[in-house]
Amino acid sequence: MKKTGAQILLESLQLEGVDTIFGFPGGAVIGIYDALLNSPIRHILVRHEQAAVHAADGYARSSGKVGVCLVTSGPGATNTVTGIATAYMDSIPVVVLTGQVSTGLIGNDAFQEADIMGITRPCTKHSYLVKDVKELARTIKEAFYIAGTGRPGPVLVDLPKDVIADSAEFNYPESVNMQSYNPTYRGHRGQIQKAFKLILKANRPLIYAGGGVISSDASEELTAFARTLSIPVTATLMGLGCFPGVDDLSLGMLGMHGTYRANMAVTNCDLLIAVGARFDDRVTGKIDGFAPNAKIIHIDIDPTSISKNIRVHIPIVGDAKDVLKKINKLIQEEKEDWTSIRREWLDQILKWKNTYPLAYEQKDVIKPQYVVEKIYEITKGDAIISTEVGQNQMWTAQYYHFTKPRTLLTSGGLGTMGYGFPAAIGAQIAFPEKTVIDIAGDGSIQMNIQELATVAQYNLPVKIAILNNRYLGMVRQWQGLFHNKRYSQTPLEVSPDFIKLAEAYGAVGLRATKPEEVVPTIEKALSISKAVIMDFVVEREEDVYPMVPVGAPLKEMLLV
Amino acid sequence: MEREILDMRHTISALVLNQPGVLARVAGLFSGRGFNIESLCVAETLDPSVSRMTIVTRGNDQVIEQITKQLNKLVDIIKVVDFFGSEYVDREMILIKVTAESSSRAEILRITDIFRGKIVDVTPKSYTIEVSGDENKIRAIIDLLKPMGIKEVVRTGRVAISRGSKGI
Ligand SMILES: Cc1ncc(C[n+]2csc(CCOP(=O)(O)OP(=O)(O)O)c2C)c(N)n1
Ligand SMILES: [Mg+2]
Repeated sequence: MKKTGAQILLESLQLEGVDTIFGFPGGAVIGIYDALLNSPIRHILVRHEQAAVHAADGYARSSGKVGVCLVTSGPGATNTVTGIATAYMDSIPVVVLTGQVSTGLIGNDAFQEADIMGITRPCTKHSYLVKDVKELARTIKEAFYIAGTGRPGPVLVDLPKDVIADSAEFNYPESVNMQSYNPTYRGHRGQIQKAFKLILKANRPLIYAGGGVISSDASEELTAFARTLSIPVTATLMGLGCFPGVDDLSLGMLGMHGTYRANMAVTNCDLLIAVGARFDDRVTGKIDGFAPNAKIIHIDIDPTSISKNIRVHIPIVGDAKDVLKKINKLIQEEKEDWTSIRREWLDQILKWKNTYPLAYEQKDVIKPQYVVEKIYEITKGDAIISTEVGQNQMWTAQYYHFTKPRTLLTSGGLGTMGYGFPAAIGAQIAFPEKTVIDIAGDGSIQMNIQELATVAQYNLPVKIAILNNRYLGMVRQWQGLFHNKRYSQTPLEVSPDFIKLAEAYGAVGLRATKPEEVVPTIEKALSISKAVIMDFVVEREEDVYPMVPVGAPLKEMLLV
Repeated sequence: MEREILDMRHTISALVLNQPGVLARVAGLFSGRGFNIESLCVAETLDPSVSRMTIVTRGNDQVIEQITKQLNKLVDIIKVVDFFGSEYVDREMILIKVTAESSSRAEILRITDIFRGKIVDVTPKSYTIEVSGDENKIRAIIDLLKPMGIKEVVRTGRVAISRGSKGI
């Protein structure tokens, strides 16, 4: 029996295990929306297509599954670009289904036509224009395969209206056979042996863990590796949660706003073991000053990440989980007392920790760090936290001690303001029972504030904690430090009354203006089974420290 | 390991799926990452579903390593080979439209002959010459014809193939 393109699409999604998609309808995809009425797939109607991609992305980051979104052609498609670029920079598996004008009209500047393949080529892992309904099932199969394997990433599938309306026999391929795409999962034995020898010899080893540890579900292996050999671990923003943030071996985040001990450890280590990380400039600071005395082992599934910014001594291309498993096996044979062997190095790190711990002073006005710390304590670290971008993001990274993978959703690579709230929606859909909190800035939250309607419509109890400094705080901080406090266009002189705004959308609004109100506000918000905006009126000109100025080596941190 | 820090010219061959958009992906990769392309040739192979690209580019070892890795990463690319340091043959074809007055016609014919070129079009005032060869040969014939007055030059860009019996 023949099926329409729309039916084939939805049944293919089901066969990929998709139960929920995020989207927004329009003329080019009206046929798909019609078929959705007869499909068990749940559709979450967002209020802006950018949010559809972020929500699919948040769903993917929190659950490990591929996130899916569906939008119409032209403006619907172009509205997804920031979402796609965000997912691309952080290697998040998302399949973006875009409507397109009918094949006969493509290239004619037809109504609501946009060359979305062309526009998104540099920020997708791959993309397809389906020109024949007979190709549809195979294309969907490949799209999911490419999005979710190797170094994950967004894949766009452009669906012309006539292809969706056309019919074909439906045979979903069992497997994918692509001669040109074959990611390397298994690490090279010889390289692993070499790395192992280096690890045994090192006096001051350090693990530098990135988002790849999380995407390959290698936290357990990494934790076992670090603990068995007593090797301290620092994580990138994307890697937070891949190793328990409360472990004695955890140094917290490294890089521009990394902890003093993490950055000092990088500077002084003699062996750096990079796992699923890509030596981003926000992490390395000045390249010459990054791990200047260390041999570097780099484990990554993407060969292009290796020796891109910094020469490494032992590259190992492969899946972090596979490689760490193999290393762990080798370690078992070595029965040494690693804690005493590491004593000196770990003592040194402890000294650094005690010299300059992360610190703030809570006086009369609410400190933003205090809010984050209290959210951490009250949720016992057991919530899914998303962030916006700016100071709110960095304080979250510093003061919420992530202990489990997939509990922090944050736009690391692109730094997309407006990411956190829709990502939280995606996570709440994936985990209806979990506490999901977007730690937000007053600027960023307004970039996708319209999604309050989405949480109202689906009764999603997402919580938003605004660290309201009435500034585009992070930019103001830079202006303060590097532009003589010339606060050009960073004071947010007008913002809505977030309490009233919440109420207008049927959510609850709570405000805290004094330190003693912080804990009750969080507790109250968490007791409400609806969406809540918490508006924390915080110290306006608090800065994020430590800070490594752009272009400086990591050891040159500005401290409080 | 000694690493080349100077920019060197590399000739890279890539087998790619013969699909719309592949060229745009490759071109986008080069422009988006600031790599330069000196020439790029694409055409079908014996298998019509596969095309072969020959890319001539310039860069130090680190840049070239990134270029080959990034090319390999593209989902539509099947195989990438950098010919640098290996035995290979490369050729380029050029069409040259040169002013041919009665005084210079004989000389032009002689030069064309020496370079084993062909006259492919003749007018009372011009010859169009087809020559193929490696870079030195192409440069030499251009230099020799310049004094006669070159009106137009079209070059194909380089194609390359490894020496020996094995294919890529
Ligand atoms: C879409 C987008 N536009 C601009 C920026 C540049 N930017 C980075 S942080 C920041 C300030 C964010 O302000 P707010 O959300 O209030 O957070 P705060 O730093 O005050 O915590 C800006 C404008 C960005 N990251 N994303
Ligand atoms: Mg702010």
